[in-house]
Amino acid sequence: MISIANVSKQYKGSPRPALNNVSLEVAKGDFVFLVGASGSGKSSLMRLMLREDVPTKGSVHVLGENLVGIPSRRVPFFRRRLGVVFQDFRLLPNKTVSQNVAFSLEVIGKSKGFIQEAVPEVLRLVGLEGKADRLPGELSGGEQQRVALARAIVNKPALLLADEPTGNLDPATSQDIMALIERINLAGTTVIMATHDRGIVDRLKKRVVELRDGEIIRDQVGGSY
Amino acid sequence: MKFVFSEISQGFRRNLSMVISVILVTFISLTFVGTASLLQMQIGQMKNYWYDRAQVAIYMCSDVSAQDLCPQGEASDDLKASVQEKLESKTLSAYIDKFYFEDHEQAYATFQEQFEGNAVAKYVTANQLNETFWVKLTDSTKSQIITESFTGVAGVEEVRDQRSYLDQIFSILNAASLAAIGIAGLMLISAALLISTTIRLSAFSRRRELGIMRLVGASNFYIQLPFILEGVLAATIGSILAGGAVLAIVQFFVQGYLAERLPFTSFVGLSDGLLVVPVLIGAGIILAALASGLAIRRYLRI
Repeated sequence: MISIANVSKQYKGSPRPALNNVSLEVAKGDFVFLVGASGSGKSSLMRLMLREDVPTKGSVHVLGENLVGIPSRRVPFFRRRLGVVFQDFRLLPNKTVSQNVAFSLEVIGKSKGFIQEAVPEVLRLVGLEGKADRLPGELSGGEQQRVALARAIVNKPALLLADEPTGNLDPATSQDIMALIERINLAGTTVIMATHDRGIVDRLKKRVVELRDGEIIRDQVGGSY
Repeated sequence: MKFVFSEISQGFRRNLSMVISVILVTFISLTFVGTASLLQMQIGQMKNYWYDRAQVAIYMCSDVSAQDLCPQGEASDDLKASVQEKLESKTLSAYIDKFYFEDHEQAYATFQEQFEGNAVAKYVTANQLNETFWVKLTDSTKSQIITESFTGVAGVEEVRDQRSYLDQIFSILNAASLAAIGIAGLMLISAALLISTTIRLSAFSRRRELGIMRLVGASNFYIQLPFILEGVLAATIGSILAGGAVLAIVQFFVQGYLAERLPFTSFVGLSDGLLVVPVLIGAGIILAALASGLAIRRYLRI
């Protein structure tokens, strides 16, 4: 599913590499927490898996694609096969909930019929039936993240990348979102989640990969923060 | 497709003033291009027309000719006859369409007519004007044959191809049209820069959507198309206006004003204008597509 080998990433103008000789294997259906302090390299690693960046050294394979050698015109087609959510939701403020979800299907050229069927179904899955016509600004943070999750999984991706999805949410709402992400994982989607939230990591007892100063210092199945 | 069009109309509304300036700049620059190319066509047409009518003048010596060219003074009848004989000879007549002789009195009459009202007409006398053999060649580019045959011949003061006068006029017109093309080129560059700035601005105001589109895997083509079409559409409007302006110039200024006042000159017509218009529109579209394509590609590098 994901195979990262001896990856280093050095940003220009920075004396220390953001990632230093990192290797990581993730199997299909896994649920992996990426933990570590700010600046430990979590986001850099996520960016490499999304092919927003290429490593300075080493190889990155995700969903069978070699992300170092992939031609840039194939990158969009690679991204269609995974879902992403962020701390800041990244919704379009002038589009309604269902339009936000539909937008991601429109821009990859899905048919109208497919969109009309898939959008209500995924909104029901994340518990947003009845809010389809609301604007993101009218929703709570938890609800906005549900919209973002709906958008991420509407295309039935094999991999979900979540970059601090609960970072902006209160503990109770975070639990709801985590329950949803767990459900998505149980349905067969591999989940990689970067987080600072000790409570969530400790409670779920999943595989934990800890980064410090760009290096993996711990990779523990059933671990805690 | 519906998505693409709604994106374009949104883009237009969002930076209306930039879109209008793109339209105006392409309009003006392409009008310059169109006018310059019509001027070139006009020069070509006038060249054909006037070169056809250009003659070679063999000026015979007169009383007032310079001593070194005409030591014997006024050309005698014998000398004139020998020039005429030479013109009628087998070697030269092949190149000559027709020729005629203009004596002092005829030259004086022509001069008075041409300079009517001018002070110089009063002081010129008939014998100051050269008697002249006017030679019309079958091929006006071969004037050298006449020049070489008669230069330095006794009784001949000078051989002059009228085309040398025309060439001066045409080189002035040519310089004018080249200047117009130069200005047009500069304006086209500014049009291209303006288009790319507009597109970048448009992309910046939509960066949120663009970021999301890239995350969910919209293809580059799909992301870029609305921006390229936005630039192309603005430039197309400008070039259609330029085409209309060029046609209006031909119809109302050239045909309506110039042609009426200068009845013996053939001017470019609407058919020539219609030839230029599609070129202008094509140039506008290609320019805009390249400028906005490059701008958006640089902005959206993955």
